[in-house]
Amino acid sequence: MNQRPTFLLDGQDVPFEPGQTVLQAALAAGRYIPHLCYHPEFTPHGSCKVCTARVDGRMMAACTTPAATATEVESDTQELNDLRRTLVQMLFAEGNHFCPSCEKSGNCGLQALGYDLGVMTAGFRHLFPDRPVDASHPEILLDFNRCILCELCVRAAREVDGKHVFSLAGRGLGKHLIVNAESGRLVDTDVMVTDKAIEVCPVGVIVRKRVGFATPIGKRRYDASPVSAQALADAPRPLERHHD
Amino acid sequence: MAAMSDAVTDAIPELEPRVRRIVSRWGHDSSGLVQILREVQEDCGHLPQVALALIARHLRIPYSRVKGVASFYSFLAVEPMGAYRVLFSDNITDRMAGSERLMEAMCHRLWVEPGKMSEDRLVSVGRTSCTGMCDQGPALLVNGRAIAALDESRIDRICELILARTPLTDWPAEFFVVEDHVRRADILLAHALKPGDAIRAALQRGARGWSERAANERSWREAYEGAAQGPVATLEEIKRSNLRGRGGAGFTTGIKWEACRHATGLARYVVCNADEGEPGTFKDRVLLSSHADLVFDGMTVAAYAIGAGHGFLYLRGEYRHLLDRLEGVLERRRAANLLGNGICGQAGFDFDIRIHVGAGSYVCGEESALIESLEGKRGVPRNRPPYPVTHGYKQQPTIVNNVETLCAAALIAVHGGDWYRALGTLKSSGTKILSVAGDVARPGLYEYPFGVTIGQVLEDCGAVNTQAVQISGPSGVCIDATEFNRRIAFEDLPTAGAFTVFDASRDMFEVARNYAQFFAHESCGFCTPCRVGTSMLVAAMDKIHRGSGTQHELREMARLNKVLMMSAHCGLGHTACNPILDTLKRFRPAYERKLRSLDFSPAFDLDGALERARQMTGRDDPGAHLETQP
Repeated sequence: MNQRPTFLLDGQDVPFEPGQTVLQAALAAGRYIPHLCYHPEFTPHGSCKVCTARVDGRMMAACTTPAATATEVESDTQELNDLRRTLVQMLFAEGNHFCPSCEKSGNCGLQALGYDLGVMTAGFRHLFPDRPVDASHPEILLDFNRCILCELCVRAAREVDGKHVFSLAGRGLGKHLIVNAESGRLVDTDVMVTDKAIEVCPVGVIVRKRVGFATPIGKRRYDASPVSAQALADAPRPLERHHD
Repeated sequence: MAAMSDAVTDAIPELEPRVRRIVSRWGHDSSGLVQILREVQEDCGHLPQVALALIARHLRIPYSRVKGVASFYSFLAVEPMGAYRVLFSDNITDRMAGSERLMEAMCHRLWVEPGKMSEDRLVSVGRTSCTGMCDQGPALLVNGRAIAALDESRIDRICELILARTPLTDWPAEFFVVEDHVRRADILLAHALKPGDAIRAALQRGARGWSERAANERSWREAYEGAAQGPVATLEEIKRSNLRGRGGAGFTTGIKWEACRHATGLARYVVCNADEGEPGTFKDRVLLSSHADLVFDGMTVAAYAIGAGHGFLYLRGEYRHLLDRLEGVLERRRAANLLGNGICGQAGFDFDIRIHVGAGSYVCGEESALIESLEGKRGVPRNRPPYPVTHGYKQQPTIVNNVETLCAAALIAVHGGDWYRALGTLKSSGTKILSVAGDVARPGLYEYPFGVTIGQVLEDCGAVNTQAVQISGPSGVCIDATEFNRRIAFEDLPTAGAFTVFDASRDMFEVARNYAQFFAHESCGFCTPCRVGTSMLVAAMDKIHRGSGTQHELREMARLNKVLMMSAHCGLGHTACNPILDTLKRFRPAYERKLRSLDFSPAFDLDGALERARQMTGRDDPGAHLETQP
């Protein structure tokens, strides 16, 4: 018998370790729940709400909800997938996303999620915000037009790089990413091109200069397999596998 | 406000020592960041980048954190502001009383556009969420000070004073008079307790020989045999009273206190939530201005019951005008041994209260966002669990209670739980203070035992021809005349206190549109559905308002409401759709008569897009317009 505690995900048992959240346990067990602002290496914070699931009848972000014995989690339902599609549409409408000309196309988490969830239309009127780019740094370009406010760079800088390069300012629809410099320019921060924060952007905000389009369209990350498969491949697994 | 002339110039003399003084007054502790920013702004007029950088340096925190916090709160200005910053309260009751017209008149007189600073940097005029003066609106804030009862002559006088650059301290005192307007007082508003009565009653309750042992062996009171029983005895009375939170959610106070008392931690905290941001509510303003001792007694009784050494009063920025008086009350209480060490001679009973002033953020009324703000951060609600009773301020056990709840707790400490429970209904004991405003003859505070009918309140406040009542503000419910036999009680219509009345002349669509704008303005922006969804709701409502809405907009709003209900991070997002859903259900014709008979019409206004070109060329003849559609 499996000694580990379990919860039910869409009717099937998922084992978990104490301290894991519903999403972490599900991914480790090879079960996919769509998500966007969650990354296995950083503290989950639950802002994008794409991983929303029904946990014992209550709507919760699966990435931050602690796994608990015998809870019933519903995720792969029409209602929840409709919700996720709408949330992805909202993110597309909020920023300025032009996939055909974006360097990140094919490597982009938002685009991949849109394909995987079957987002076929814009759904909302685009807001076309005015977001100037920051090309001050010799090696890194910041194109805020594509920012989805997932805070992965904020968390990577803080938790891995031990820096405060990225931060959030403003509130509501005016919330935006800033860098830690009085000038407001990336070149005046202590960022390094080798920082973890530079590699985690799921969309095309943080872009390394002079390496654009090195991989041709068609051979990029999500051209090979959909985001659902790759999220499972990336999930940390327990070192010791338990079997029934 | 002090350094008005400085704000007009770019350079702020002596900025460095001024910032350093403020930072050191807050102990170089970054948890005071919101307070430091507020004080620096009061000193300097706004928060220039160089001031933010100085604050960061003196607190030894990243500049981006200071910038992130400063740009979160709507009263903190990272851009230059006029030496006089005028903010019109934009609650629906202000609008009903003519605030839009008055603001237009002021802008015209001062030659300034709404939301922008005048060319000479003298003045900026804008709007802000409800300032809690609904019983005497329209109201405004000028450099944080409240002026109510606005009319054309008062606006004229204000414009003259501004143009003459008269310092606020020299403005007529009657401008700043705020009336209490207590219309019906019951046990709370008519209490006759003296400062400290509730504390002494709680201490005596233990001394009377309550037999139960202190449940919390980690408590400092363990060492004092007689005293060990007092907190438990007091807690028992609170539980016996069945007092429930007056902030709207209605959680049982005794259970909250007990959970906090039993939680392990290095310290426990009592927080009084005076961030009365729900549009239409103003009871806490009156309690804090006329019954501050009762509030502080309640906090001290709570501290005694849970074993807390520190308390915070989180005062909404709109009530900044109460701060000096409240600090005076705290000083007096310290001198009278009602705060400090060994309160009322009880060895080991050490407790003090510090006031934090908010800076214009409705979401900080949510308890975990409030705690974030107390810690000097952006007011974003936390993920829960864990809840504040175990992981609150600085991750220590914390209770957050509404002002009215703490007042009731003070009464219970004196008169006992059974006395309190005898009032009200089965599940809602005691009384509730309603903030009555809108189309009524006598707006103000009405305190009733729970169970009072809506019809009774309407009769008492002199409402005639009433079409609808918004209970508990935009996040509450809107009811129509068929429901006036319903009751104020947790069993039927729970409320945080707002009671806004609309007579038959009001357009309920415009009421809902005002509330939708409120939620979009106050969304913290943390989660996708609320950040984007509340703005999409406003866009749909605005489109209907412009006369180009169709059935498509109604469907879209239904879809957005579902998304918000299902996935928003906190109560703000969950309730943001209530005003639209309620009014659609009860007053659908108010929407439908504005709709086009089409199924869909594009949001893009082709003729409107030519407006800028018309302005630039100074043309407005028929040739400069597209032919209007049939």
